[in-house]
Amino acid sequence: MTTLALRRPTLPLPVVAGAAVLAWVVAWFVEAPAADWLTFTVIGLQPGTHLGEAVAFFLEDLPKVLLLLLGIVTVVTLIRGFFPPERIRPVLAGRGLVPGSFAAAGLGIVTPFCSCSAVPLFIGFVEAGVPLGVTFAFLISSPMVNEVALVMLWGLFGPGIAIAYMVAGLTVAIVGGLVIGRLHMERYVEDYVWELQGKAVRPIAIRLTWADRLNDAWAYTSALVRKIFPYLLAGIGLGALIHGYVPTDLVVAIGGKSNLLAVPLVVLLAVPMYSNAAGTIPIVQALLGKGLPLGTTLSFMMAVTAISLPEFVILRRVIKPPLLAVFAGVVTTGILIIGFMFNFLIG
Amino acid sequence: MRTIEVLGSGCANCRRLEANAREAVAMAGVEADVLHVTDPREIVSRGVMSTPGLVIDGEVVSAGRIPSAGDIALWLTERG
Repeated sequence: MTTLALRRPTLPLPVVAGAAVLAWVVAWFVEAPAADWLTFTVIGLQPGTHLGEAVAFFLEDLPKVLLLLLGIVTVVTLIRGFFPPERIRPVLAGRGLVPGSFAAAGLGIVTPFCSCSAVPLFIGFVEAGVPLGVTFAFLISSPMVNEVALVMLWGLFGPGIAIAYMVAGLTVAIVGGLVIGRLHMERYVEDYVWELQGKAVRPIAIRLTWADRLNDAWAYTSALVRKIFPYLLAGIGLGALIHGYVPTDLVVAIGGKSNLLAVPLVVLLAVPMYSNAAGTIPIVQALLGKGLPLGTTLSFMMAVTAISLPEFVILRRVIKPPLLAVFAGVVTTGILIIGFMFNFLIG
Repeated sequence: MRTIEVLGSGCANCRRLEANAREAVAMAGVEADVLHVTDPREIVSRGVMSTPGLVIDGEVVSAGRIPSAGDIALWLTERG
């Protein structure tokens, strides 16, 4: 078989990309009036009623969140492709704990992270001489301060909440890294990990074309959206019910600042929602609109992305229980402090 | 005889890549063993941290992505 026959014939890349961008922009401006028209004219519900408001919320939010996800995840995956962990490792290897933790937390934003890669990533970092605290700063920041959550927050709530989330997440990651580094817990890393340290790190050189990158980004995005779609439906459905039916007084009474248990409660609630950040955003949106304080909201969002039981199980392969407990404890404590602090400082 | 190694923990993405690799072997019409490397130490020693990784005849050709069967077949023939 010739090399030529293996190449798939496709439309020129700029044409496909341009058409996709145009379709996205048109859909973005059309969806909200279309949802209102559908709810109040076609279905004939009354504005201001419980049912009318709930249905309008659902019909407006579903395409909006879908569009945000499709657009943002594609663009972000494209950008992240330029910052693989293999490339950032040498940047972190030569640094001390403090500058290293700051750099690792920051790079965690743009670096792709999949919990299934956590073990090779951990070994690869330690092997190359990245300090333990710096490695953990990265492991905390990368799933929590991911650009998908950031841009979704920006799109639905505006820049203020997105920036607050980013600053809070970076702070937890940096402080977590510093604490774990200062505790000198190296002996709680599984012994086999250290055996690899100091061996020559083999750099890999892989060249990707723009077509490869765009294909990867689209494949990743469509797979992700398919995977989370049921959660998204459930999340937006629940958000719509909250929006239409739950009285503001109730949310303020249970989740308000006067209830000190609210922050720990939402963190606990968030644990089983791991990896469904996109599905939880509509719920959060509805609750925030009903008067849930910002700190409580941030704690919930952060706990959804950062406290992941499957990831803890995976990390157990490279670290011993005491270090795992410290890792989980530091992250949870950080998230609680952030929640209380924002509730105390704002309003 | 060629060797194709899929580096990964056995996760869904790694299995998809392995399936693509097997399809690619058939497409390219070459003789090749397709192996699955799951030991994280072995994966890291190849310089790969983002799984799944793909190695053809000892050389890392991709990491952290799932190339299509067509792409892999192309690499197999280009390197042949």
